[in-house]
Amino acid sequence: MTYWEKWVGFEGQAVQTVVDRFNRSQSRVFVDYYATSQIDRKTLVATAGGDPPDIAGLHEQNIATFADAEALLPLDGFIRAEGMSNEEWLARYYPVYARICSHGGHVYGGISTPAVMALYWNKTLFREAGLDPDRPPRTLAEFNDFSRRLTKRDPVTGRLTQVGFLPQDPGWWPWIFCRWFGGKLYDGRDITLATDPRNVAAFAWIQSFTKYYGLDDVKRLSSEFGPWASPSAPFFTGKIAMVFQGVFYDNYIRQYKPGLDYGVGPWPEAVPGITDFAMAEADVLTIPRGARHPREAWEFIKYVNSANAKAETFDEMSGAELLDFLQVKISPLKVWSPFFANHNTHPYIGMMRRLASGPNATSVPDIGIWQEYYREVISAFDKVRLLDATPEEALDYSQARLESSWKRYRRSLERHGQWAALGEAPPK
Amino acid sequence: MTRNERKQLRAGLGFTSLWIVGLAAFTAYPVVASLFYSFCDYSILKSPVWCGLENYHQLLQDGLFWKSLRNTLFYAGLSVPLGTAVALGLAMLLNRPVKGRSVFRLLFFMPSIVPVVASAMLWLWIFNGEYGLMNGFLNPILAPFGLRGPAWLADPSWSKPALVIMSLWGTGNAMVIYLAGLQNVPSELYEAAEIDGATAWQRFRHVTLPTIAPVVAFNAIMALISAMQLFAQAYIMSEAANGNGNASDGNPERSTLFYSIYLFSTAFQDLRMGYASAMAYILFLITAALTWVAARLSRGGRDDTL
Repeated sequence: MTYWEKWVGFEGQAVQTVVDRFNRSQSRVFVDYYATSQIDRKTLVATAGGDPPDIAGLHEQNIATFADAEALLPLDGFIRAEGMSNEEWLARYYPVYARICSHGGHVYGGISTPAVMALYWNKTLFREAGLDPDRPPRTLAEFNDFSRRLTKRDPVTGRLTQVGFLPQDPGWWPWIFCRWFGGKLYDGRDITLATDPRNVAAFAWIQSFTKYYGLDDVKRLSSEFGPWASPSAPFFTGKIAMVFQGVFYDNYIRQYKPGLDYGVGPWPEAVPGITDFAMAEADVLTIPRGARHPREAWEFIKYVNSANAKAETFDEMSGAELLDFLQVKISPLKVWSPFFANHNTHPYIGMMRRLASGPNATSVPDIGIWQEYYREVISAFDKVRLLDATPEEALDYSQARLESSWKRYRRSLERHGQWAALGEAPPK
Repeated sequence: MTRNERKQLRAGLGFTSLWIVGLAAFTAYPVVASLFYSFCDYSILKSPVWCGLENYHQLLQDGLFWKSLRNTLFYAGLSVPLGTAVALGLAMLLNRPVKGRSVFRLLFFMPSIVPVVASAMLWLWIFNGEYGLMNGFLNPILAPFGLRGPAWLADPSWSKPALVIMSLWGTGNAMVIYLAGLQNVPSELYEAAEIDGATAWQRFRHVTLPTIAPVVAFNAIMALISAMQLFAQAYIMSEAANGNGNASDGNPERSTLFYSIYLFSTAFQDLRMGYASAMAYILFLITAALTWVAARLSRGGRDDTL
């Protein structure tokens, strides 16, 4: 059975270890692991060509698009064969990961590696700014205040040498700021990017950083930033004091800036009463339509999405916990074994678990045009942060484009007789 | 057709049959199929549904289609004449009997055989706003005027000019063709012009240029076709310089969203193969029209054709 997955390096080794453990655990199925770049595009083309892998490790944002394109096999039948309903199967995950697995009332994937994003701050820079290094900002107002206090300029040239926070670093999830401000991107029926005033407020907040620092100063400082996974990444060189990054970031800190004195905490409270807001994402194991060994593929997905809840040693761990332990990440499952919970080498694993398990953890909207949506948000984000448009102008433009795209997409689903079923599915 | 001719035809077809099959399966069929798909709602995985001219109609109303076309024409409009001037200029210099001429020719040709990804990574550093060679050179010149070099690839106003400058790095191929053309200019024409008292500019304008005009036209048209299909450099550099994960949207602010990039993301991210096929055909028509215009202009009053 062929399994395409995107991971290489030590994370790829972790996947291989899990594959080996699965292969040894039974004699009927043998999984061949192939590290594959640009996995979504290759899976798509292979599926269209009738020769897909048995398992494809996609990104969570692929689920809705690929499912609507009928590229994925629903797992509902396999779950039923296990004597469970979809709801019972999904109830084993933290809610945010359960939502990622499903689309239109069907389960299309199992989680392989989950991530949750939190606030990382540089304790050394906090001390230098006269802030308590063990107390991160708790509210948005505090966050803004800390950010200004952590900003430094060269006393002679006036050039920006350090900032507290910069929304474009790493710049992968600008949409999350809307969700953090309480906004919705999609209400289950319509696009709400510009119509939800909280999204506009989030973009105004993004723009406030450029206005405060100065556009030319930001451009100049940004030019000094190296790639995020390198020793010259701005958080590692002390040019940025606070970033929102994933559970995986600890691995990169160990590799590129060992000894960095940093803390991890929840996102500050942007909406009064919403504490422990967090963004989650995950890689998903899926069975492409046309796979030659779907039943065997399900066996592997089931293995990776289960764990030995009683494991007290490394050797007793299996499935999700083994993979996530080796990748130094959290488990997406609600129940953690004593060994996984107590011996995970991530220094902030407890905080990450708290954020992932909370009711305010959120992930990408469940909408088939997400790739297009994402590009529109990035475009609006660029316009706003580069002061080329007001938040209203930028979001209105993107809203108009997305409304048109969503209308066209729905029409396409109607043509193929899919919209009725999707439209009836309860919003997640 | 005589028996011998029929025999030769069979042999010829036999020897070329593999190529004919390959052309039919991997070029002719996709070309025809994509024309059909351009009239369909087609996502590659589901059966195509005929939708008539809807894709073409939507294209005309798609702001990004026009933006990507403008970006592409801007790039082509600058890079083709500049590239032609630089390649021709280099060829003329390297056609002079200077010492170490072969070495210079090699040096100027070498960049054109550097793989596109490698050169893109190199130019990313050259265009780095803070540490890049380009601003290292420009800043001392601009400093007396209180100016600094731009952020290039991270600045929407300068990202396209940066790619144009980078395109000049790869003029080696054109330069070699110009060199061959220059070496075919009869020396007696220069001698006659000199005897008539022509200056260097007049010799270039009235002897060199008319003689190598077909070569200039060929190079310009090839450069134009290549510029209209610009993809790899822009795709790699815009993402690397601006982060934004896997957006491949010509960042910042879609200033480097070229036609081929928009076509690619429409096809492989949004799974709109029908729409992307329509885009491909529009690009084909635009490129064909521009090529025809360029060929007409280069021909001028002459009857010769390319």
